[in-house]
Amino acid sequence: MSVGARHIPDRMHSPAARLLRRWETLLLAVAIGIFIANSLASPYFLNAWNLSDATFNFTEKAMIAFAMALLIIAGEIDLSVAAIVALASTAMGAAAEAGAGVPVLVLVGLGTGLICGAINGVLVTGLGLPSIVVTIGTMSLFRGIAYIVLGDQVYKAYPPEFAVFGQGYVWWVISVELALFAVLAVIYGVLLHRTSFGRAVYAIGNNPTGALFSGIRVARVKFVLFLLTGLMSGVAAVCLTSRLGSTRPSIAFAWELEVVTMVVLGGVNILGGSGSIPGVVLAAVVLGLVTFGLGLLNVPGIVMSIFVGLLLIGVIALPRLWAMGRR
Amino acid sequence: MPDTPVLRLTGITKTFPGVRALSEVSLDLYPGTVTALVGENGAGKSTIVKILTGIYRPDAGSLHIDGRETRFASAQDATRAGITAIHQETVLFDELTVAENIFLGHAPRGRWGLIDWPEMRRRAVQILARIDAPLDPSTPLRDLGIASKHLVAIARALSVEARVVIMDEPTAALSQKEIEELYTLIARLKSEGRAILFISHKFDEIFRIADRYAVFRDGAEVGAGMIDDISENDLVRLMVGRDMDRIFPQRSRSLGDEVLRVDGFAHPTEFDGISFSLRRGEILGVYGLVGAGRSELMQALFGITRPSAGTLRIDGRPIRVRAPADAVAHGIVYVPEDRGRQGAIAGLPIYQNVTLPSLERTGWHGILRPRREFDLARTYAERLELRAAALDQDVGTLSGGNQQKVVIAKWLATEPRVIALDEPTKGIDIGSKAAVHAFMADLAAEGLAVIMVSSEIPEIMGMSDRALVMRQGLIVAELAGEALTPEALVRAAAGIGAPGEAAA
Repeated sequence: MSVGARHIPDRMHSPAARLLRRWETLLLAVAIGIFIANSLASPYFLNAWNLSDATFNFTEKAMIAFAMALLIIAGEIDLSVAAIVALASTAMGAAAEAGAGVPVLVLVGLGTGLICGAINGVLVTGLGLPSIVVTIGTMSLFRGIAYIVLGDQVYKAYPPEFAVFGQGYVWWVISVELALFAVLAVIYGVLLHRTSFGRAVYAIGNNPTGALFSGIRVARVKFVLFLLTGLMSGVAAVCLTSRLGSTRPSIAFAWELEVVTMVVLGGVNILGGSGSIPGVVLAAVVLGLVTFGLGLLNVPGIVMSIFVGLLLIGVIALPRLWAMGRR
Repeated sequence: MPDTPVLRLTGITKTFPGVRALSEVSLDLYPGTVTALVGENGAGKSTIVKILTGIYRPDAGSLHIDGRETRFASAQDATRAGITAIHQETVLFDELTVAENIFLGHAPRGRWGLIDWPEMRRRAVQILARIDAPLDPSTPLRDLGIASKHLVAIARALSVEARVVIMDEPTAALSQKEIEELYTLIARLKSEGRAILFISHKFDEIFRIADRYAVFRDGAEVGAGMIDDISENDLVRLMVGRDMDRIFPQRSRSLGDEVLRVDGFAHPTEFDGISFSLRRGEILGVYGLVGAGRSELMQALFGITRPSAGTLRIDGRPIRVRAPADAVAHGIVYVPEDRGRQGAIAGLPIYQNVTLPSLERTGWHGILRPRREFDLARTYAERLELRAAALDQDVGTLSGGNQQKVVIAKWLATEPRVIALDEPTKGIDIGSKAAVHAFMADLAAEGLAVIMVSSEIPEIMGMSDRALVMRQGLIVAELAGEALTPEALVRAAAGIGAPGEAAA
């Protein structure tokens, strides 16, 4: 070419500058702030076992939130996750009544999740329907089946060994659920941030047409994301059912909103295209700390949800207000 | 001509992260005068338009209207001050009617602040009559063609009593007849004393309708004056900062073996009976009018739309292309015409755009290796003379020409066999155009087979070894050598023997 090529640097900002601009930095500061506030407000907060108990506030929801984060980054959503938990738990309960052992119960739970995810995936990618509509529909469908099967009954014929997932401890105060949460966080972090699959998720969320025109199999990627979300709902169903030791059709009621709250608080753009797994992990911790701290202070549940709502709006609005001031 | 400008910008500076978009730019617009704003892509034309329309606020400098210093806090302020813009892709609302679009935001109000529909309709009829637009105010906008939408945009400009009308490449998507009608309208706006800022890459129309010119280069104003006092060559030189000695690159035409063969491609609505072949090192021009089915054919080759019949062969072996991913795997790539939607992925950094289809090669069993990604992206970005602050810059912040370079880099990085470029130089400036042309010549010389869809006759003439002409979904002519003349192209594309037929 006629003109000599100019060297273009890799990155505009230094690693430190990039870290400061990140949403996760803000979340970490919020988490530390809440931690300090909690330990000043209640003498029972700084106790290893109390803190360990507090993690159950978020571990199961966060497992779903990891897969949901990928789905929302890709520009889709699954509002049927809580209903999938209910249906998977119901299926496990029925299997337990029939005398199934622990491995079968786990397979039934995960399998139900996968099937539900596949149904959502086919409806969205095969028929081209909007996922918000499809999953509002399947939300009623899945939960409805659980109600028809169970009515006002309770399944609780779970074998004693099944309790290990929700009530077991790996080491000292580290519960099985907390360990699973950590392992899944790493797996999803690697999947989203370190693989070409994750890159495709971001590309689709920013511009689905452009992604298709770049040779990405957009429908296939989205289908896999619905499968993963269903699977993680199945995993959460195993943990929750094991922890409670029983199944009612109202199990995990309205969790879909808490999961989406966690994802959005974690910095995932609800319109798709951006977000991170470390952000979702921090958001899970922040929400867990807030509910636990308020619980120690005997704040009623209704007031607690007002707090969580204000926190969400506040943390989301702050950077936007800051950006508006600068423009 | 009046010698006091209705609008005066002085010392306008605007910086974005890593880029100085405008530095101390001045611009005067006079009533009853058409001022052409000329500059390469990335010269700062869009930025100045956004400042004029209140979308951006300048970091420094002042804006005077009728000699009074003014600041626009919002787009509404600019509209209130009488500044309206008609964009390339005009911002109108498809679901609303013509009248609603014209009066959106300033509809006539009746009692209790409700919209006075009969009055709105009456005024819409009046305004449309003023510009000889044969439109019914109650037609939904989505039923109108692009030219009619432009008329609505102009009617809207008149309805707010705009004193300054900005036209950003208004003729880019118009037919010759529609362009003539637009010129008539511009003359009318002039005679009504409105100041017009006219942005265009087409020199013939600049010299035809502009009274004044202003040239931007790399975010600075490098010249302004009366159009009568400057020659086309001087204007080009001002714009690119160098002489444009020859327009098309010299090419050594040595063709290799056949790479691609298309047999009997058909589609229920878009094209039929398409057969052609392509050899290594060849540039095949595909000419035709808008709507002749050229883009649809390219997208079928690339796996976006599925043909109802026909076979595709690479090196004589039949291949199946059911999705773009299959086409890429077989070495067929496509640079789409719609850069913003189909080409670049705004929101992702440059390097990720470039490596998106090459991750299998830069990565390791699905795991990303960013170091290799940066290296691959840099190789092609520098080869294409990309202008960017850094490789992790969002593609959406680049100018149109540079976005096009990113898209081309993305495909070259896959080391393709066949590259189809759909209107590769549409809407980009002369300098970038020459770079793209030179680059296409280089690619062909390296043995790549190139398909170039173009609506510009000089481009087809200057670049192609051979040209196909499409009309109404059929290949109506294959021209090469002596037979490849502008007249032959035009006659084949328009359909010989049917001179009165409307251009699609």
